[in-house]
Amino acid sequence: MGKLNTTADAVLVSRYINGCEASLATLIDRYQQRIYNFIFSKVLDRDLTEDIFQDTFIKVIRNLKHRKYNEEGKFLPWVMRIAHNLIIDHFRQSNRMPKFDGKGDFNIFSVLEDEHLNAEKQMVKSQIENDVRKLIDELPEDQREVLLMRIYKDMSFKEIANKTDVSINTALGRMRYALINLRKVIDKNNIVLTN
Amino acid sequence: MAELYLNKNPHENANHLTPKKETIAFLLSYSKALHVATHESIAFETIIN
Repeated sequence: MGKLNTTADAVLVSRYINGCEASLATLIDRYQQRIYNFIFSKVLDRDLTEDIFQDTFIKVIRNLKHRKYNEEGKFLPWVMRIAHNLIIDHFRQSNRMPKFDGKGDFNIFSVLEDEHLNAEKQMVKSQIENDVRKLIDELPEDQREVLLMRIYKDMSFKEIANKTDVSINTALGRMRYALINLRKVIDKNNIVLTN
Repeated sequence: MAELYLNKNPHENANHLTPKKETIAFLLSYSKALHVATHESIAFETIIN
């Protein structure tokens, strides 16, 4: 084992792939602290760090046994990248999952939200849409035409350009000015268009 | 209030943490048990006790 401790990573990896289990023990022993501390620095939770550390090496073992590792001399960065990806997976999952931290009263409706609009929200939404439609009518003819085709008729700028007999750049420019002018009118009249 | 300043930062020793022995033991056992056999470019994993 003493000799293994000074052996290069690439050699240990190669020996492990060829059946030397002691090489894996040496690699883990060599880098466990750095990888573990890297994970802990991101998740700040010992149990979670333990889980991610374990999952990281399970991936390492499986990849090596499947002979998928081919970055000789870059063992540690490779393992770090696996750990990093698992940390990101964890945060993505925890963002999707509602959390119950056990503090204070638990309100089931804080995690069960109906995504459909309720009657009040529907009314507000339809009011906003009417207001926007009226504002669009205030725009100059060429800008209003482009905006209606793009937003309400879902036409591409190429189609708009063909239909209005102008270049795509002109159509884009008109859309840009339409939005700028809409914002100006909204700001000028202090109109609130939020739900 | 003094305790707040005197108590050690829980993350102070964050650079000296190591995984549990059980975790390492599990990984080494898992590695020994895992066998990958390939047949016509398809890999099969087996866990042998």
